[in-house]
Amino acid sequence: MPVTWPHLGNLEIVLKDLITAAGQPYILPPKNTARTLQLGLRHSPEFACLPLKITIGNFIEALEAGADTLIMAGGIGPCRFGYYAQVQRAILNDLGYDFEMIVLEPPAMGWKLFVDTLKRIAPGKSLWEIAKAIKLAFRKGRAIDAVEREVLKYRAYERKKGATTKAYRAALNVLDEALFEKDAIDEAKEEALGLVYGVEKDVDRPVLKMGIVGEFYLLLEPFVNFDVEEYLGHSGVSIERSVYVSDWISPGNNNIIGGISEEEIKRAAAPYLNHFVGGEGQATVGHTVIYAGHGFDGVMQLFPFTCMPDTIAKSILPRVGRDFDIPILSLVIDEQTGKAGLITRLEAFLDLLWSRRMQREKRLLSV
Amino acid sequence: MSITVGIPQALLYYKYYPLWEGFLGGLGLEVVTSPATNRRILTAGVEAADNEICLPVKVFYGHVLSLKEKVDLLFIPRVVSVEEDAYTCPKFLGLPDMIRAVGDMPEVLDPIFNFRLGSRRVSRDVYSFAKRFTKHPAKVWRAWRHGVDEQRRYVAKLESGWTPVEVLSGKAPPEAKGDMTIGVVGHPYNIHDEYVSMNLVKRLRKMGARVVTSDMLPHRVVEAEANRLPKKLFWTYEKEIVGSAFYWMRSGTVDGMIYMLSFACGPDSLIQVLLEQEAKREGAPALMPLVIDEHSGEAGLVTRVEAFVDMLAWRLN
Repeated sequence: MPVTWPHLGNLEIVLKDLITAAGQPYILPPKNTARTLQLGLRHSPEFACLPLKITIGNFIEALEAGADTLIMAGGIGPCRFGYYAQVQRAILNDLGYDFEMIVLEPPAMGWKLFVDTLKRIAPGKSLWEIAKAIKLAFRKGRAIDAVEREVLKYRAYERKKGATTKAYRAALNVLDEALFEKDAIDEAKEEALGLVYGVEKDVDRPVLKMGIVGEFYLLLEPFVNFDVEEYLGHSGVSIERSVYVSDWISPGNNNIIGGISEEEIKRAAAPYLNHFVGGEGQATVGHTVIYAGHGFDGVMQLFPFTCMPDTIAKSILPRVGRDFDIPILSLVIDEQTGKAGLITRLEAFLDLLWSRRMQREKRLLSV
Repeated sequence: MSITVGIPQALLYYKYYPLWEGFLGGLGLEVVTSPATNRRILTAGVEAADNEICLPVKVFYGHVLSLKEKVDLLFIPRVVSVEEDAYTCPKFLGLPDMIRAVGDMPEVLDPIFNFRLGSRRVSRDVYSFAKRFTKHPAKVWRAWRHGVDEQRRYVAKLESGWTPVEVLSGKAPPEAKGDMTIGVVGHPYNIHDEYVSMNLVKRLRKMGARVVTSDMLPHRVVEAEANRLPKKLFWTYEKEIVGSAFYWMRSGTVDGMIYMLSFACGPDSLIQVLLEQEAKREGAPALMPLVIDEHSGEAGLVTRVEAFVDMLAWRLN
């Protein structure tokens, strides 16, 4: 019974270890391609969000490759994501696939259900073994995210274009190959960070500082965001991002990698959006306020078309922009979005940020 | 002179207006509503609201704009949840903040209704909201009771087959005739906003069909039907949609169903899949989804509805 799950950025590196520790064989869905998207589009409801469409594509391709057990996360709403698994099951059943679906519902829906689901994923393992494996998985996930955070921050300074991306790939490789043990993970993390820090930098280069906020899937999956972070890095933009995989999954409220706690986010968002609205809606607003307060040059919001929480945030962000005098670019992505159009808008946005930077420097000098 | 408070005639107006009007009136406020949706309101809403948002929220913006010069306060409660384990729609959770972000608005009153936290918490929130209008808890309690009574009468009328518009305007529905019954499934703020739905209910009646809508079924019926899904839905109003459609499919009390949904409606995008699958089962009444947005033309809608009714008539004979 090979298990599979949808792609989400670097998540697979950790899940591979975790499923192996659970004693299960797995099949990764083929890499996201135009075909994945096509399959997803054909079989998904028209105005569901892009993540649903792509994950349906992932499941179909994985089933074709021989997987027969699908793992998917659940949720208690109000974001649609919590009901995805149900709709995916209905659609795939309708297509005639024979499979079992394991939906990992959050403990908020009941601890018993949560524990039972874990035992279904790892049959024959004790709870203690499962807990230990999950803890290790978080250790590895955080190591990967820590590397990614540094890549986003320092890519803009690299002397040789592409050197950071190359080091990043090597670093992910090191982490991927590391044994699923505490010491091995820690060692691999040091080595991986060393690779990224080792890239030759031009620290005197002027760079823009930009915050990226928005819906988690669009932020974490390079296939759907056209690897916009790499493009920005090469265009001289140092990035701070609101979401990381391990922070997103982690039950805690501290956001270890992102470094800004849920408490702070809520407090920052309160004057503009004083209630959670599901998904990342409130976090999008809160992070934007915090980034503006830190003197960032600009903020970019990325989310899929028809995403409810981030559409609410988008309605509110212009007010944040006015109050803090910070440019905010909201990019709404769907299956029709093309890379060229996206890059053109980003180029214009970066021009704006540079000219504002220049104006400000001129003002400072003339005083 | 008493303080005026505006209630936009959109979204949850169709669900809770009697409650809100009774409550606010009991607190000594003068309630003002916006006129029924018209072209001006829709255009203003489409211009002011974000592009990507669903049609009913755009309509809501239009109503708010038409009220803003006429009232001292705007009543836009944050209706987070109306039962224990379900939410409303994310958009209702953020609505007051979205309206404030438009800028240059009268003060927005946004009491929280969150029944997930229990009804004691709700009454506490009601009291703390009402504090600024009266110092007497008894008066708050009376006003709230008054609203609840009005609401109960309203719901009873709906369940006896009146549409929200008919109840609120006091005009009785026309004598039902014809041997065909059509269930209209969808959010009340879409199907009962006559401008938005392009008079769907009246149109069907004119074609000789009896019409029943989702809000005419008692909540416990739709709740029981909706819970046939493998996982409970966490949106109350979608439960009503699924529940009413499931009920009609199972009981066979309608000959056909029209499912009116607005483009970019988040929850409905998923619900649609579940309904269409259920409708594929043998013997289920026909289901026609009808997607509307601000560009929908009347001619297109009429053609489709007429074709659907013709097909049902042909099936019946």
